[in-house]
Amino acid sequence: MTDLGQRAPEPDLEANAEAVESQEIAKAQSLWQIRWALLRRSFRNNWKLFRRNRIGIAGLVIIGFFATLAIAPSIFFATGFWSTSVYDPVTGLEPNPPSQQLEIVQTVTDPNTQIDIRQVLVDGRINGNIGDVIDVTLQPAPPYGKHWLGTDPLGRDILSQLMYGAKAAFGLGILAATVTVLIGTVVGSVAAFYGGKIDAFLMRLADLLIMVPGLAILIVISAVVRFQLWHLAVVIGILSGFGGVAIVLKSQALAVKVKPFVDAARVAGGSNARLIVAHIIPNVMPLSFLYMMFTVTSAIQSEATLSFIGLLNVDMSWGLMIQLANNQGYLLQGGRYWWMVFPAGLAVTFIAMAFFLVGRAMDEVVNPRLRKR
Amino acid sequence: MSQPLLKVENLTKLFPVSKGFLRTPTDFIHAVDGINFEIQPGESLGLVGESGCGKSTTGRMLVKLMEASSGHVLMSDKTHTDDLIDIANIPNDQMKRFRRRVQMIFQDPYESMNPRRTVFETVSEPLTVQNIGSLKEREERVSEMLRLVGLAPPDAFLFRYPHELSGGQRQRVAIARALVLDPSFVVADEPTSMLDVSIRISIMDLMLKLADEFDVSYLYITHDLAVARYMCDRIAVMYLGKIVEIGDTEEILGNPQHPYTKALLSAVPVPDPSFKREEVEILGGITKAINPPSECRFIERCPWAKDVCRTSDHPPLEDKGDGHYVACHLVESALTSA
Repeated sequence: MTDLGQRAPEPDLEANAEAVESQEIAKAQSLWQIRWALLRRSFRNNWKLFRRNRIGIAGLVIIGFFATLAIAPSIFFATGFWSTSVYDPVTGLEPNPPSQQLEIVQTVTDPNTQIDIRQVLVDGRINGNIGDVIDVTLQPAPPYGKHWLGTDPLGRDILSQLMYGAKAAFGLGILAATVTVLIGTVVGSVAAFYGGKIDAFLMRLADLLIMVPGLAILIVISAVVRFQLWHLAVVIGILSGFGGVAIVLKSQALAVKVKPFVDAARVAGGSNARLIVAHIIPNVMPLSFLYMMFTVTSAIQSEATLSFIGLLNVDMSWGLMIQLANNQGYLLQGGRYWWMVFPAGLAVTFIAMAFFLVGRAMDEVVNPRLRKR
Repeated sequence: MSQPLLKVENLTKLFPVSKGFLRTPTDFIHAVDGINFEIQPGESLGLVGESGCGKSTTGRMLVKLMEASSGHVLMSDKTHTDDLIDIANIPNDQMKRFRRRVQMIFQDPYESMNPRRTVFETVSEPLTVQNIGSLKEREERVSEMLRLVGLAPPDAFLFRYPHELSGGQRQRVAIARALVLDPSFVVADEPTSMLDVSIRISIMDLMLKLADEFDVSYLYITHDLAVARYMCDRIAVMYLGKIVEIGDTEEILGNPQHPYTKALLSAVPVPDPSFKREEVEILGGITKAINPPSECRFIERCPWAKDVCRTSDHPPLEDKGDGHYVACHLVESALTSA
């Protein structure tokens, strides 16, 4: 992607790959074959730089883990390993929830209400005496063999919900990031290239969007329209694409715009559109990708927040899982119902972190000054 | 004299000095201040001067990378050889045709090529933009150009990126890009100043060879008199936005008339330590370029300045014979008493 400057000593395997590609370039029949070979080469060189960075690799591993989670349910359902009636994240129900035998050791009567508190806690309907052994149905059930992460208060499988949440998070994050980068790159490049009134208009717009609190806007929008997940992605994309990302990319595009190669293209007769598309945008693209990573992080966090306040019209997501735990009063139980809270919470944290880490590692690839040498 | 290829009349570029938001600027930097010169077909003119004297601004106006504040750049039209057309009046739909005839080579070979494009894409870009030839033909043309600029075999260079080339190789690619459209006029903005001394001469030889082959005229911008002498048929010396002396290279260097030219020449190092020559000591500092006073621009540094210089306006370029023009009040009088 960038000027590589220096090359690390390469193992034989890579030297071979390079030689093979050089031959391919020499033998290639069409320009596209050559472009493909060049693309592969630049990808490999960048991968070499990326690989040196441990935190980037850690991020990739985490992302890979969640990607596996996102794909898994389709496979489980297709192979019949999971049956839909039990494991569907929304409509599934565990028909035979586990039960636990409890021995009543003590009854306590509340002095004010005259209700036997011990019995109420176990099950409102049973009456028993000290020494009796009673069966108590566990729902939500803690993790056990059939449900590795337990079930929620409605008897639905938590692991299955977590996996569906991963799918939702990926879809949302990537769509939001793509919209952000598209808008940010185009707006930033156009503002930098034309300057003057166009620049002033776009930048004041950006200021405006940075100024308004994003979450408040999202709440207002979701109050007016039924908010689907992809709506959220587009809104987040527009907010950050027109806002912060556009400003950063504009400053980068300003630096590219004054490079002599842009003048050279103009002297060759290139139109403004060509100068922007062929010369400015490709040179701000690495930075755009970097911001793509960071946008994924913020999109996933916004989704969790919105779901948690219950403003998102979504079947299943990590935020919704936590919201359910909260609504039913299981959140503030001192971790007694940890399987309903921690998997979703940790998933949000880790995937946001993973994209951020990858972004940081990409930063070093894109920005040679950050490289340790 | 035959019809010039290019004629510059009273060309001026003023840069406003911003005085704050929404305030009409009243101060201007006079980067280029009413210069006149002609370039004949096939002839190379060297534009020599110190940093900030307006050389590059002139070059950029000639290729229309910058609009002139006033004055005209007239260029001969290949189809009607008798007419000179003002490049400021070229309609938009004919700009592309104008671009074919005028190209530019930039100073910094490291910045003048898009780092994300291969040599082939860089050199073929003018052809692509101008819609010349099929892909196959472009490829052949680019290969031919690379061979001409000494990047052989072309196949080894076609699909390299700029960062895989040395400075000299990059400048060769830049030359190939400038000449691929077969222009009649090329502005070369210090094309060798960023190169190693060892590579400089080969690039200059290449440019001279290609000037013959492509029948192209250069406006060669440089601060180095030796380079100008090697490259150019005529030299124009610029000082603070004005041309102070213009004429044939050997005439200018052998018989400099303007005090500034003399000072420049006396600053050129001579390899013979026992050689004694006329020393010209220039004084003071540069006249400010923001709203400069109307008298001679060189007055604050001129060791020979007389009353006439202080009381009258900047002298016009006057013919001193053999196409040697000098802008100095004192040239005819005794100036040798240094």
